[in-house]
Amino acid sequence: MSDNWYMLTLIGEDKPGIVAAITRSLFDLGLNLGETSMLRLGGNFTIMMMVSGIHEEQALRAQLRPVIEAQGMCLHIDPIRAQLHEHVLPNIQVTVSGADRAGIVAQVTGALAACGFNILDLESDVAGSADEPVYIMQIAGVADVSVESIEAALDPLRRDGVDVNVSAIETYIG
Amino acid sequence: MAILDILKLPDPALKQLSEPVSEFDDELLAFIADLEETRLNGPAAVGIAAPQVGYARRIVIIDCSTTRKPVPNHGHLVLVNPEITHWEGYEPGREGCLSVPDYTGNVIRATRIHLVAQDPHGSPLEFDMEGYEARAAQHEIDHLDGMLFVDRVVSRRADLFKRKVYQKGGKRKN
Repeated sequence: MSDNWYMLTLIGEDKPGIVAAITRSLFDLGLNLGETSMLRLGGNFTIMMMVSGIHEEQALRAQLRPVIEAQGMCLHIDPIRAQLHEHVLPNIQVTVSGADRAGIVAQVTGALAACGFNILDLESDVAGSADEPVYIMQIAGVADVSVESIEAALDPLRRDGVDVNVSAIETYIG
Repeated sequence: MAILDILKLPDPALKQLSEPVSEFDDELLAFIADLEETRLNGPAAVGIAAPQVGYARRIVIIDCSTTRKPVPNHGHLVLVNPEITHWEGYEPGREGCLSVPDYTGNVIRATRIHLVAQDPHGSPLEFDMEGYEARAAQHEIDHLDGMLFVDRVVSRRADLFKRKVYQKGGKRKN
């Protein structure tokens, strides 16, 4: 029987030991992990992870229920096609920061999409204080166009007071 | 000339401390020719270090003259017994490694270094390097000390804002 791949999405209030408990259960059930992202977002601990095993989706959900409930998490399962060992190298990174206001992400990513920029990784954070929140975003991706043309596409945001920095990523291989 | 096998993580030989070269003979020249042929074979490597092919001697090759956008560089360099005698500044940048296929990550390196070494005939060499070339030298000299870039990878979340501050505070004024 060949392995099935799933993307597990787990979310719950952050506390110590979540990753240890969840990954121990997965290991005990004979599941293997692929690529994962585990991150605290605003007091919530979020996990997205590729797992593989012979388990059917319903059985997997049932077998994970005890640990999910014990950890106070929500679980979502999607069957996926796994593409391992096929990382795409980003060639452009964009960093954005500015006073927080509605629409920054939509404007930036809209301008990037219009350039054919494919986002590989985007992380954004709200920094500053409750009175003066600051939005900070880092994007790495692939585009066939020049840094200058992406700069030009993002220029209108600069006029709105958002600080935008575009740079080429020259990955050193040695 | 021959293309040598590249050792890959987790080969323990990659963690060895390499010995200084003391004999500048034909054997050394033949090895350097093979190392260069190996560097040029397969995915484009900017640099290579002797321990990556299982030869624990302090020899590296770097060539930063072929980047997409030209960077300050000293061309094709064979560095025997290289030693960094001065470090300045720091900057994250993306690195990958022939010994760690399908993985890249951000590593913080000194932006400016002074390096002393010997050429393949034992004559002294001395360079001031900056940016990408300084990164190359640091990555390759790490190999001589049994260190891989995966030991130094930092999260984008943690490092890119520092880079921005650095650029505003220093680099752009130059």
